[in-house]
Amino acid sequence: MSVASRPDMALPADPDSGVVVDVRGAGKTYPDGTRALAPVHLAVSSREFVTLLGPSGCGKSTLLKMVAGLLPPSDGEVRLWREVQSAVTQAPGAAGRKLAFVFQDATLMPWSRVRGNVRLPLDLAGVARGDADRRVDDALALVGLQGFDRHYPRQLSGGMQMRASIARALVMEPNLLLLDEPFGALDEITRTRLDADILDLWWRRSLTVIFVTHSIYEAVFLSTRVVVMAARPGRVLREVLIDEPFPRSEAFRVSQKFLSCCKELSELLAEAAASGGADPLAGTPT
Amino acid sequence: MSTRNGRDHVLRVVAPLAIGVTVLLAWHIWVRVFDIPQYIVPSPLLVVQTLVADWDILSASLLITLKVTFLAFFSAVIVGTLVAFLFVQSRLIELSLFPYAVLLQVTPIVAIAPLIIIWVKNPDAALTLCATIVAIFPVISNTTIGLRSVDPGLLNLFRMNRATRAQILFRLRIPSALPYFFGGLRIASGLSLIGAVVAEFVAGTGGAAAGLAYQILIAGFQLNIPRLFAALILITVAGVILFLLMVWLSKLALGNWHESELTDRS
Ligand SMILES: Nc1ncnc2c1ncn2[C@@H]1O[C@H](COP(=O)(O)OP(=O)(O)O)[C@@H](O)[C@H]1O
Ligand SMILES: [Mg+2]
Repeated sequence: MSVASRPDMALPADPDSGVVVDVRGAGKTYPDGTRALAPVHLAVSSREFVTLLGPSGCGKSTLLKMVAGLLPPSDGEVRLWREVQSAVTQAPGAAGRKLAFVFQDATLMPWSRVRGNVRLPLDLAGVARGDADRRVDDALALVGLQGFDRHYPRQLSGGMQMRASIARALVMEPNLLLLDEPFGALDEITRTRLDADILDLWWRRSLTVIFVTHSIYEAVFLSTRVVVMAARPGRVLREVLIDEPFPRSEAFRVSQKFLSCCKELSELLAEAAASGGADPLAGTPT
Repeated sequence: MSTRNGRDHVLRVVAPLAIGVTVLLAWHIWVRVFDIPQYIVPSPLLVVQTLVADWDILSASLLITLKVTFLAFFSAVIVGTLVAFLFVQSRLIELSLFPYAVLLQVTPIVAIAPLIIIWVKNPDAALTLCATIVAIFPVISNTTIGLRSVDPGLLNLFRMNRATRAQILFRLRIPSALPYFFGGLRIASGLSLIGAVVAEFVAGTGGAAAGLAYQILIAGFQLNIPRLFAALILITVAGVILFLLMVWLSKLALGNWHESELTDRS
């Protein structure tokens, strides 16, 4: 493992690798004066799996929302596929430049069946019914929910609801997938399984992924690169490459390399907490 | 779990029924034993006999009261829902009109009913207007709250998919508002009936329409207390049926998906 200042050396080989997300000094001060994020520089290349790791309140969600275009930065700018954010989000669905967001909660419409929920992005984009239904079937198969399309969200377990939420993100065949602590509310066993599934999807579908977590283990197991963040003020502390090849097996979780990565990350986090004015409440998930 | 649920269901019907029967029996015995004159308290048996004997008069009156109730209920729902949509579309409209909606709500209908009855020539229309004023506020406030109570995560999702205003309204705001809307309907249905009866009381016996309130007034003058009780019972039963109708309607509309309609909540 090595500490990288330049990120673009971490990638699995990819002929058309280019910078997908380019955060150029983007920072955020909320209207109420909260300095959520000091200006951040972060470049994510095509096919990377980047994890944002840090304690609660260090601005992970804020950064991810700025990348998604859900929140305008108060300093700097965010570029997607070398264009200003707004140009990408204003021209939806351009081939090769689609992004999808998976929220911390499944955020499904309770009045709609799984099929209707997963089809929502297609419906909103005006895709014809037959075509849309076929793509929904594909997406449901990808997340292992085939046969549950007529269920209502409340009839599903938390893990299955999260799967439906991921299927909804995949149905538009995104190139960039943003996930904000997607499995934070699930039990350890379900989370481990969904982690493996997400990794598999990333690998097979040639996705570029930015994944937010406060779990060191999750970060090490999933990522090609971990961006360690610290609170007060929210900032990027360091980037750490995890140079374990893919596909990664469960054996990696108990390897010496895995443990030493975890150790380095946890030392970095502890150091940051000590230097940045430790907050006794940090660590409670938000 | 299921047997407990089953027992709960049976209890839900049997327990209130037992109370009702006991009270009726006690009432009947009390009237008999102390020989209470029927112009003070009639026995329940006599009330039922009156109900049957006077059915022609009473049922005609019931129909008139129900007509006003339904007209008022429908206008309250239609106008109230439109106002709620206006409120949600524009903050300015809500800020300028909401105080007047509250004003309408807090002014006792008995106080404005005489004015309305003078101003509106058609007596049916006057009564309906009074009852509408009584019933409209819960529709406005519940629907407004409902239309605003959208899950912010879902709103973000719709925005990320560049949903239009109309798509957000029809696919998100309206479905989110439905449980609140039906809650409003439930309250409004009861208030429509109350409004109809109160307005008729205020209109007095001079009005052309002879609804149940009219029968109660006349029966009071004539000390025909059994008929007064019979009319009272008809109003109560109508209210209960109206309420059950609303429960059934909201089950029909929401039963499948809304948490508020889950029967197995603890
Ligand atoms: N809408 C908001 N208005 C004001 N402050 C906010 C808002 N959202 C988040 N914050 C604050 O910004 C900081 C970073 O929040 P967030 O990005 O959610 O952190 P994380 O996701 O890492 O837990 C926190 O101190 C939080 O309280
Ligand atoms: Mg967060």
